[in-house]
Amino acid sequence: MTATRAAQTTAEHPLLSYIRRDRFPHIYCAACGIGIVLNAFALALQTLELDLDKVTLISGIGCSGRASGYFATDGFHTTHGRAIAFATGVKVANPELKPVIISGDGDLFAIGGNHFIHAARRNVDMLVLCINNFNYGMTGGQQGPTTPEAAITVTTPFGNIEHPFNLVSLAAASGAVYVARWTALHARQLTKSLEKALQKKGFTFVEVVSPCPTLYDRYNRLGTGLDVMKRYRDIAVVRNFSDPMKAEIDYRTRIVCGEFVDTEKPEFTELLARQATELQKRGEP
Amino acid sequence: MVSKPVLTGEMFTQGDIAAAEGAIAAGCRFFAGYPITPATEIAERMAYRLPLIGGRYIQMEDEIASCTAVIGASYSGVKSMTATSGPGLSLMNETIGLGAMTETPMVLVDVMRGGPSTGQPTEASQGDVMEAKWGSHGDYEIIALCPSSVQEMFDLTIQCFNLAETYRVPTFLLADEIVGHMRERLVIPPEDKIHIVNRKKPTVPKEEYLPFKPDKNLVPPMAVFGQGYHFYATGLTHDERGYPEMTAEAQLALIPRLCDKIRKNADKITQAQTEQTEDAEILLVAFGGEARSALRAVKDGGEQGMKIGLFRPISIWPFPKKELKNAAASAKHVFVAELNYGQLVGEVERVIRSEVPVHLIPRPCGLPHTPDQILDEIRRGLQ
Repeated sequence: MTATRAAQTTAEHPLLSYIRRDRFPHIYCAACGIGIVLNAFALALQTLELDLDKVTLISGIGCSGRASGYFATDGFHTTHGRAIAFATGVKVANPELKPVIISGDGDLFAIGGNHFIHAARRNVDMLVLCINNFNYGMTGGQQGPTTPEAAITVTTPFGNIEHPFNLVSLAAASGAVYVARWTALHARQLTKSLEKALQKKGFTFVEVVSPCPTLYDRYNRLGTGLDVMKRYRDIAVVRNFSDPMKAEIDYRTRIVCGEFVDTEKPEFTELLARQATELQKRGEP
Repeated sequence: MVSKPVLTGEMFTQGDIAAAEGAIAAGCRFFAGYPITPATEIAERMAYRLPLIGGRYIQMEDEIASCTAVIGASYSGVKSMTATSGPGLSLMNETIGLGAMTETPMVLVDVMRGGPSTGQPTEASQGDVMEAKWGSHGDYEIIALCPSSVQEMFDLTIQCFNLAETYRVPTFLLADEIVGHMRERLVIPPEDKIHIVNRKKPTVPKEEYLPFKPDKNLVPPMAVFGQGYHFYATGLTHDERGYPEMTAEAQLALIPRLCDKIRKNADKITQAQTEQTEDAEILLVAFGGEARSALRAVKDGGEQGMKIGLFRPISIWPFPKKELKNAAASAKHVFVAELNYGQLVGEVERVIRSEVPVHLIPRPCGLPHTPDQILDEIRRGLQ
């Protein structure tokens, strides 16, 4: 028994080769959901045996925005909200690269919302992985574009009166070719979803509802990180390919998870290349 | 013909188109932009030309996205550019700071129009001189060149790319609507006569590469995405590995270098034109489209018996201090004619100090001075 335990503690973590070891310890709070999501992403990379030289990790600002710095791929940490615009430049300049954006709900959908809808509309090949913790964590727990109605944050001390975005509905309406939502409890489904999204050519979107034990969950008296995970178990339902418009997301009563969109349409850089080839074949315009 | 990168020969064309052709001749193969008067013709030309020569054009959702996409493309190994005017530049300032912090080779054409805000979209201005230098927060340096002719829209755009690649810095072609929309003769030289500079690549093994470790000239060699360097870059203060580092030491190691790589190499960057400055008692300073009127004024003034010379900064940032001092050696009065309410005059005063009077001849109305108006203002100033 003792020998086995010793062997376990000295063995290297199987995903260590995907991580920048010299960046650890990471910045995340105990019981934060970001670690689960990053683990799922690393597992997806491992399962797919993707060429890491061709994966470019990009993020904006915030807790999730630090994710790009923890992976041993090329990475870039943009200004607030601009990860998708940066990724568009990367993909158009070098279509061999697969941009992956890991960022938060505030970064991607408040300050970066315009870039999200337009990259989805163009169908630029990239995976956008949004870790949705219902508030701005890095700056101390302020209200954001996904904060549920009536929720307490440091900038909605009397309850949030704004209507939040339904991110999967927004992504589907904007033109994403793959759309899914999971919670941090659905680690296996999330990993499978990420594998699927990484293999698709086009704009893919995966939302992960995540605990924020230090801020959002505390202000809203949701208990410990474990309590929040238990809550996900109790209220999350999987409704694959149901109408994303009706995919409720209410931390009190019901979170509808699953895959909502999985479709095909011509990808932007492929269309650019096709047009250029046709022009060159045709000769002088 | 238009499917060749370098359209060697003569053409009668517009400044904006010359800038697009200069960019292509310099090796630019990525353009991201957003329509804005009076810079739109650059985007239109790039949209037409780039697909024919293996480049890529994308119209983004706004100027913030355009400028950010340019950084993404440059980090992916492609020479990249955007073009805009005042209101667009105001949006790009966020990303120009990111470009400075991540030492991105990138070129921005700003065809200046009247401001502030929406201002005079179709009229000329030189109101972005200070915005180009100081637009983003924090301490950093950029390079800005100011063309005075259609030919210079072409030539200086090539130089902008060469400087951006050499110093890994956002570099401006700071044009005004006069030169942007003016049509005159452009001579495009043969491809092999065009001097092209490409960014320095890493020479160390991939595992040993430190993305922000500078060479002797204070500029770090640059790896690009997709080649296995697995490097990281951030807009946060960072160490040589590119990792965020929130210490005074890290900030002190980084920020002075971002400034000094331009300041200490300024002798290799600055350039200016002088006319009749030998023994000139009156020195007229003007740049860009306004310098065309100023040159005429200096010639007319000389014929009328005035001892007058012209100093035209071609590089506005870094400002050609030594060149101005030399040109002003015999001057008893310095006049600065600019299409704003007084911007470059402050920089001229910093160089001249209070050795001789420095007079401003401003014109913030959308139109250039006529040569006679400049001479009248000079005569009034001398009284």
